[in-house]
Amino acid sequence: MRTRTDLRWIWVIALAIALVLPWIFFDWKTSRHSGFVLTMLSEIGLMIVFALSFNMQMGQAGLLSFGHAVLFGLGGYTTAHALNAIRTSGIWFPLELVPLIGGMGGLAFGVVIGYIATKQRATAFAMITMGLSELVGAAALMFMTFFGGESGITTDRMIESSLVGASYSAPWQVYYLIVFWVFVSVALMWLHTQTPLGKMANAQRDNFERTQFVGYDPQLIRFWQFVVSGFFAGIAGSLYTIVYEIVTYDALAASKSANALLASYIGGVGGFFGPVLGATLVVLMQSGLSLLSNSWVLYIGVLFIVMVMYAPGGIVGLLGQHAPIARIGRLHELVLPYVRILVPALITVFGFVLLVELTSFVTIGATQGKKFKVGSLMIDAATAQPWMLAIGALLIGGLWLRLASRGFMRVWDGLIEEAKTLGGAAR
Amino acid sequence: MEVFLVSLLNGLVYGMLLFMLASGLTLIFSMMGVLNFAHASAFMLGAYFAYSISLIAGFWVALFDAPILCGLLGAAIERFGLRRVHRNGHVAELLFTFGLAMVIEKVVQMSWGLLAVPYRIPAGLDFPLFSVYGTQFPAYRAFMLLISGLMFLAIWLALTRTRVGLVIQASLTHPEMARALGHDVPKVFTLVFASGMALAGLAGVIGGNYQTTSPSMAVTMGPIVFVVVVFGGLGSLLGCFIASLLMGLIQTFAVVLDYSAADLLANVGLTVTRSSPFGELLTMPLPRIGALLPYILLVLILWFRPRGLMGTRDT
Amino acid sequence: MTAALSLADVRKQFGETKIIRGVSLDIAKGERHAIIGPNGAGKTTLFNLISGRFPITSGSISLNGERIDTLAPHEINRRGLSRSFQITSIFPNMTVFENIRCGLLWSRGYRYTSFRLLGRQKALNAESEALLERLNLQSRRDLIAGLLSYAEQRALEIGITIAGGAEVILLDEPTAGMSNTETEYAVNLIRTVSEGKTLLMVEHDMSVVFGLADRVSVVVYGEVIASDVPAAIRSNMAVQEAYLGAEAQ
Repeated sequence: MRTRTDLRWIWVIALAIALVLPWIFFDWKTSRHSGFVLTMLSEIGLMIVFALSFNMQMGQAGLLSFGHAVLFGLGGYTTAHALNAIRTSGIWFPLELVPLIGGMGGLAFGVVIGYIATKQRATAFAMITMGLSELVGAAALMFMTFFGGESGITTDRMIESSLVGASYSAPWQVYYLIVFWVFVSVALMWLHTQTPLGKMANAQRDNFERTQFVGYDPQLIRFWQFVVSGFFAGIAGSLYTIVYEIVTYDALAASKSANALLASYIGGVGGFFGPVLGATLVVLMQSGLSLLSNSWVLYIGVLFIVMVMYAPGGIVGLLGQHAPIARIGRLHELVLPYVRILVPALITVFGFVLLVELTSFVTIGATQGKKFKVGSLMIDAATAQPWMLAIGALLIGGLWLRLASRGFMRVWDGLIEEAKTLGGAAR
Repeated sequence: MEVFLVSLLNGLVYGMLLFMLASGLTLIFSMMGVLNFAHASAFMLGAYFAYSISLIAGFWVALFDAPILCGLLGAAIERFGLRRVHRNGHVAELLFTFGLAMVIEKVVQMSWGLLAVPYRIPAGLDFPLFSVYGTQFPAYRAFMLLISGLMFLAIWLALTRTRVGLVIQASLTHPEMARALGHDVPKVFTLVFASGMALAGLAGVIGGNYQTTSPSMAVTMGPIVFVVVVFGGLGSLLGCFIASLLMGLIQTFAVVLDYSAADLLANVGLTVTRSSPFGELLTMPLPRIGALLPYILLVLILWFRPRGLMGTRDT
Repeated sequence: MTAALSLADVRKQFGETKIIRGVSLDIAKGERHAIIGPNGAGKTTLFNLISGRFPITSGSISLNGERIDTLAPHEINRRGLSRSFQITSIFPNMTVFENIRCGLLWSRGYRYTSFRLLGRQKALNAESEALLERLNLQSRRDLIAGLLSYAEQRALEIGITIAGGAEVILLDEPTAGMSNTETEYAVNLIRTVSEGKTLLMVEHDMSVVFGLADRVSVVVYGEVIASDVPAAIRSNMAVQEAYLGAEAQ
């Protein structure tokens, strides 16, 4: 079992990495930071807060919300209006504290929305959040005063008031502000799990009847958990506004809510840090993959389905399943079996990706006048060869994978059995 | 009066279309506890399949084949996907269908392109059937009513006159009991899921050329169908039917009634302009808010009467 | 003197099916009362009615003179009634210690706050440790509750049930599925934790009933057909064998 000091070191290391990262991509020749990298890192940061706040509902309280982006977006809109108001009124309010305004906005709307939504649980709750998400999303397009309609609300983060005297004209200054708020938010959300509300949220997720019979009203637990999660979603939305200086209806949209869901689930909703991993992965895939392929959404979707089917605990869950085997010191026995399934897996993935890209090219890419290139290799999608290669790789790889996975499972099950009998499974 | 009758007819057509979609979804949801996000995707696929098939073999072949394709796809999804995920709980099933909907939308974009496809009403049905106060009522809409009516009859007969139908009815309200009585519930599940998807596909075949056939069809239609299902209530097809018609009528009438809340208030002597507090909200005309109505209804229903109109179980 | 728990002509029907057909029962403060009867007689339903899981169709249920049949389960719990369940009902994903601590939270004044770190609550943690000792689960303190043995889980559940200091305790088949040694252990535990409290329990194991109970009520087809001290019920056994069947000892 990890000691408290071990965990504290991880926080310090993570903070150190976050602080140093921009300099790894620093262009020493032109003395300039990579704007693209800094924006992407900032996006990862605010997505981490967003996904963790989503997991406060889903993972910790068992509340599957399809409308979490509403709280995120409303926090963003609140911040935009606040920044504009600070500007015009000339009140001194440091930019460093502006995310708190977004947080309060998320909290306030969390109270209103939470009051309606948390009357129900499980599927009914999910449906209410879906309805509210569509409602607010459509309203954001229609109404001008608060939402600015289709063009959204623009703002300017350089309000010339700062606790540390920064102007926030340079992306790296914005990045460090984000890092600060991400760490504060993550720390607070972590501490929340150790409080009465945090623990009872878990309790009502696992057994709402027993929760009643220790004196708690499960509905009120859901409500307050929702509200607190709204606070942090609002902070994330606020950071979004500060980075992009504009907030539009797609900050509230169902697709944004889906992002939180995907990030949390892929990372792992069981523990605390899964969504951190998931958010990082999703943003990297969005920023990185989208440059290479139009179909990156498809890949994320397929990854999501595969995880729902075979790894409901997410990446963190998958890693955690290895713990018993690691404890009996036999992890190395899995290396060869893993290699044996990795090869067919890669072939299957290759075939799948090639097929997807070919199809996508034929319908979308060709009309856009692009050419199909892999590195420097030109591929003519009109001929049969690439197609046959793709389908062949997919089929052969798939069948091979099925075979190899059986062998893998045999080794795996054997090791797990041994771990159990040696008492490694129980803590 | 003219506007009323025309809107009534149009509302009925739209309502029946919704019912074709919602009936399958309600059956699946009531029986299996799965909120099938991929249902509207079957609607979209039905339209696209019909488009492609009708290019080769004509509309009437498509009318028959496209729903079957959707049904087969549904059977495969249930048999190889849902059944596996079932052991991880309802939330996992929901997430599975959610991911599936995402993927299907992308596959459609990849296979048919990002823009709407020209899936048109077949020439044989493209004529005005009759006139109502000078406005023409297209024959195709009557055709839609006919098909959906026939479907309703077929469902009703299947549920009440066949053995499988009786098992389905029992499983609607008491799924565990039906299983305990020894019926092969997994097979029935596959049948219901596949039939639901086939129905949705059929709705797509006849609705796709009535509306536009584009990759965003599923995302637009999906939430409205959910509202209908929740509104009608779990375990009740009749409730679903009433809710579908109501929703169809509400949405159609909302478009033609060009009033706003401000107009209502003006009748009692209160003037509201755009600059008054909440002015923007109150001066918004009904046709524009029309898109919001289903969701407002959803929230209201889930708050006041989670059972829906005629539900036998809580959502 | 007001009875701790009082049922007056309680009836319950689901649709047309009458499950409880007029049960009247008064349980005095400090009394240990057992409810026995054949399967399907409605014993657990009775518990569910008392604890507020289902609404009654007619009649009334009072706790210390106050009507509770219209209250929500958590409201009933806050008025001093707690229960255990036929199917073990604990928090399977938390450690044993956290289970007990959660059982203590509300009664020790903690509400829906996010501003107190549980690790720093000295009094709360000390009380939780003490209760763990009473339950003899100290060695299992940091184990995930879902991994405990069946009997240990039942013991934990009893612990959570009484943690809040409820004056009226309902135990639904507490020794179900236990071996003889486990049963003996559980009976001792129940005896100590219910000292000075009012206990109402459903049981099938006659040795437990006759060892613990001050009074016994027999429920058959939703009605109480006899309610008396254990000795009187036992001598009525000849009549009741038809209902108790193989349970008779």
